[in-house]
Order: sequence, then structure tokens, then C-alpha cells
Amino acid sequence: MKKIKSQLIILVVSLFVIACSDAKKLPIYGEREVAITKDKDGNQKIDTIYQTIPNFSFLNQDSTVITQDAFKGKIYVADFFFTSCTTICPTMHRNLKTVYEDFKNNPDVMFISHTIDFKYDKPSVLKKYAEKLGVNTNKWEFVYGNKEEIYSIAEKNYLTVVEEDSTARDGYIHQGWLVLIDKQKRMRGAYDGTKTEQVEQLKKDMATLLAEEK
Amino acid sequence: MRKYLLFGLYITAVCAIIYSCQNTSEMNQAQYMTGGKDLYIANCQNCHGANGEGLGELAPPLTDTIFLTKNKEKLACFIKNGANEPMVINGKTYEGKMPDFANLHDIDIAQVIVYITNSFGNKQGMYTYQQVAIDLQKCNSAKNP
Repeated sequence: MKKIKSQLIILVVSLFVIACSDAKKLPIYGEREVAITKDKDGNQKIDTIYQTIPNFSFLNQDSTVITQDAFKGKIYVADFFFTSCTTICPTMHRNLKTVYEDFKNNPDVMFISHTIDFKYDKPSVLKKYAEKLGVNTNKWEFVYGNKEEIYSIAEKNYLTVVEEDSTARDGYIHQGWLVLIDKQKRMRGAYDGTKTEQVEQLKKDMATLLAEEK
Repeated sequence: MRKYLLFGLYITAVCAIIYSCQNTSEMNQAQYMTGGKDLYIANCQNCHGANGEGLGELAPPLTDTIFLTKNKEKLACFIKNGANEPMVINGKTYEGKMPDFANLHDIDIAQVIVYITNSFGNKQGMYTYQQVAIDLQKCNSAKNP
């Protein structure tokens, strides 16, 4: 009888351990497809293909073309903003800057902010903004693209709503998501950049993601 | 003996009156502070921060008591009309543009100024909505003489 009891305890404890180690993976967001492929011995294999961020080409704050090559082998946080935004952007970037401070010495982490103000936020304006925010642009890129490209990547790939709206105070409306992308360009999380508790969760999830991809 | 008693009563009455007067002005300021805090959170905090710390060099901190004292009569104008001139705050120059908050009424502006100038290490006391009207008129007439 005593033996059964101790076995039961071991079972329960190991269940907890398994449950815990399972929780250490972040979900993968976006659409997915199932593909049937054959391995080299001719056996059929079922693969899941996840939605990934497509190739892009934008100008950064130094007017240099920036593509996915800059983010190769790194996890990164992406968001959408504009420099003359007086509503949610300052709060988003105040919060994102605390994330940047935590990870700025980690070579596997980067940040990218896309401007949605294609009329005014030319690279020189972004450069000034980055300097005033006080961040290193090798680590945190600020990018400019034409309206179609930026708005399309925002909505289709980063699942963030951005819009021109002449009735809004600053002329645009957009969501304040901070989107976490893994080394395989898959979306692993989205956090409301205006809420400190969600930003704290982002920091924890980034550590989890880095450990997962080691 | 009666004389002393009456005198004592008189003194107490006078003290009570003075004390209660102070209390109403203190209460007035407390009301301004509460209203001002809500207005600050809604309109100012995203740039200037929950503790008035500012945001990098994009938005200046609100902790420079000397600047706030020196420019007290301009504060209402900065809020109502926005600001687009460089300002030296805590020894640093800030060149960013501050948007206008033309939708705020004089009483709102008075409350938010009382909140700012009595928080974040500042302690400058009361500032009434009547004073806001006077200060706004001054800067508007300086702009369009």
C-alpha cells in the first residue's frame, strides 16, 4: 500500500514537470497549411507550414535599404507608429524602450518600427526621432516605405490595423501592438504597447523564445 | 475672571475663523489637484510620463521647478495653443513641437497646472481659472498686437 502511495506521488510530480516544460513554448500565430512531403527514403511525411513575414525592402533612418537580411538569425519586435503621433505612440515607445534597455546587449534581439506617415516621416525625420528617443539604430531600426507596402505588411503579416483618417486628431489611426517574431520569421505573440503589464509579459516571452530557439 | 473668559472665547473664535478660511482654500486646491490629475492622465501623461519624467529628448520633463516658476504665466498658453519654440529645461534644450489642447477650458487648464506645479517635486500652490483667462489674454495679445 505504501509503495503505491509513493508511486502515485512520483506520478503526480512528474506530471507537473511535464506540464511545466510544455508551457515553456510560445504559440505560433497566423494561418497554417498542411503539406505532404516525401523524405529521402520515399516515406510520406506531414508538415505544417506556418505563416511567415515575407521579404521586404524599406529605407531606414540612414536612407539605407533594409531587408530581412538584417534580422537573420534574430528574434525581433515590430510595431507601427508615426513621429508626429501624440496619442498612443509616445506611450508605446516609452514602454518598448524599457524592453530595448533590457535586451540591448543581446546580439540575438532586434527592434523595428515602421512609420505609417508616408507623407512626412522621411528617413531624416526618423533619424532625428531615434536620436531624441535615445536608442541605438543598429539595434532598433526605424523604417520608411510607400503606403501600399507598409499598410499591406501591417495588416496581412503583422496583423495590425493601420489607416489614414482625416477625422482623427493626428490624421491616422492604428493599433499599438508590439509583435514578436521568431528566428524563422513566424509570429509568436502580440502585446498592447500601451499597457505596462503586457509589455512585462513581452519581456518574459522574449526570454522564453530565446531559450526555445537556442 | 469673566473678562478673561470672554477674551479667551473671542481669541478662539478668531482662530477658528482663520483656520476654516485656510481650510477652504486648501480644499479648493485639493479639488484642483484631483481634477488636474485626471486631466493630466488623459492629455499629458503619454508624452510627459506618469512621474513627469518626459520621454528622451522628445518630450521634456516637468520637474524643472525654476523653469515652471519663471514661465508660470506662459504655461496656460503652452497648453492652450501648443508650443513650437526651443526650451531649456534642466539645462537641456528641447526642440520638439508640443500640440495644442485648444479643447481644454480655463478651469481644466487651471487644474492641470495646479497638478503639475504641485507634483513631481514642485510645490507652487494655487493657480485659479481667473488667472488662466488673464494669462491667455496676455499671450494672445502679444502674438496678435
